[in-house]
Amino acid sequence: MTSGPGMIASPEQRRYAHVLGIGASIGFALLVLSFLVYVLGLRKPLLEPDQLPLYWALPLAQYLRATHAPTGWSWIASIGKGDVLNLVGIVVLAGTPAAACLAVLPAFARRGQFALFAIALLLLVVLVASSANLFGSAH
Amino acid sequence: MSFSPGSLRAPAVLVGVAALACCPALAADGSAGPIPWWAWPALLFAACFVLGIVAVPAGVGGGVLFVPIVGGLFPFHLDFVRGAGLMVALASALAASPGLLQIGLASLRLALPLSLLVGISQIAGAVAGLTLPAAVVQTMLGLSILGIVVLMWKAKTAELPAVEKPDAIATALRLNGVYYDIARARPVEWTVHRTPTGFVTFVFIGLLAGMFGLGAGWANVPALNLMMGAPLKVAAGTSSLILAMSSSAAWVYINQGAMIPIIVVPSVIGMMLGAMVGVRLLRVVSAATLRRLVTTVLLIAGVRALVHGLGTF
Repeated sequence: MTSGPGMIASPEQRRYAHVLGIGASIGFALLVLSFLVYVLGLRKPLLEPDQLPLYWALPLAQYLRATHAPTGWSWIASIGKGDVLNLVGIVVLAGTPAAACLAVLPAFARRGQFALFAIALLLLVVLVASSANLFGSAH
Repeated sequence: MSFSPGSLRAPAVLVGVAALACCPALAADGSAGPIPWWAWPALLFAACFVLGIVAVPAGVGGGVLFVPIVGGLFPFHLDFVRGAGLMVALASALAASPGLLQIGLASLRLALPLSLLVGISQIAGAVAGLTLPAAVVQTMLGLSILGIVVLMWKAKTAELPAVEKPDAIATALRLNGVYYDIARARPVEWTVHRTPTGFVTFVFIGLLAGMFGLGAGWANVPALNLMMGAPLKVAAGTSSLILAMSSSAAWVYINQGAMIPIIVVPSVIGMMLGAMVGVRLLRVVSAATLRRLVTTVLLIAGVRALVHGLGTF
């Protein structure tokens, strides 16, 4: 059946790995670049870094009231700010599992693996719903 | 007895991690004091670099060390530390998983149903963690960390557990596979059993991971290996994949505004660079030694979290 390590992974597993790898690489690159923009002061932030020590010890609810930091997807409106820009890399990393899940759905359907198709679809729904802020707590 | 640079490097790292766990909180009162703002991300990067060196070769992942140690040593509120902990665990898993999948040491088929359960329960845990008072979360974190210490101390691993017959769910979902074992120079076929018990266990693991931002490698591997009967290498690889697939708790923290870049980014980058160095550390110090050190560090961090939580009631 197999003669070496290269023949072990199924086509959908290799596809999942491929998408995961691309998303992770893009996410890390964005994370590093946006952080450099932030700490080098290339873009004005919503909250100056020297002000952060006044707020980062507060519980989340108090922090949000004091800083008016964006919640949900409202950060997109402030994407030009140096600190908010960092959320792009964070969101790409957090969104990569959903993208990989979406990429393997057709492969499961084509191979008639309907149980795994249904599970992957459910996982995708959970990830999309959590990214859409459907499960937020009261802050 | 001679001392080479390599022989000195390992004790230096061990002393550094022990110091991280033992020294009093740098700013336990929550204020940054006279330390300039830029020193905190620099210190955080250095601390995570050291944690990354030790955590990955010790087989626990970074998340479980990150929250109790950074939560105790740095002036950041636990809400932000937990959010950063989830991103550290996710980023580390995303970096490792593609390679593990390609060589068959992580199984997408096995990870899918478990990730679904972990993903759902992580959301419940994350929402609860952000809603409960900090003292309650701190106390529960301390108790959970001490539970993890007991688990790490007692749990044995089996490289190739005997699975006589897969259960009905494992058969229906074809939770099996094959990987090429280089040490044995042959493919190893595997399957799992006790799947329903495994499912319930992973729901509980997801709850804890979401609530405390711990990641879940410490629990995934024994559950997959000892309970479900996956070979140790497949259990370790699939554990990483489950972490990479279930980012739902991270989304809860992102949407709640609990990701402060100055905390998240140095943590993620420091931990990942440290992990790269950590793989080399295995050449000069055994995994068992590192595991003992990590268990000791966790014991101290768990007691600190418990005392801190109880002290603020």
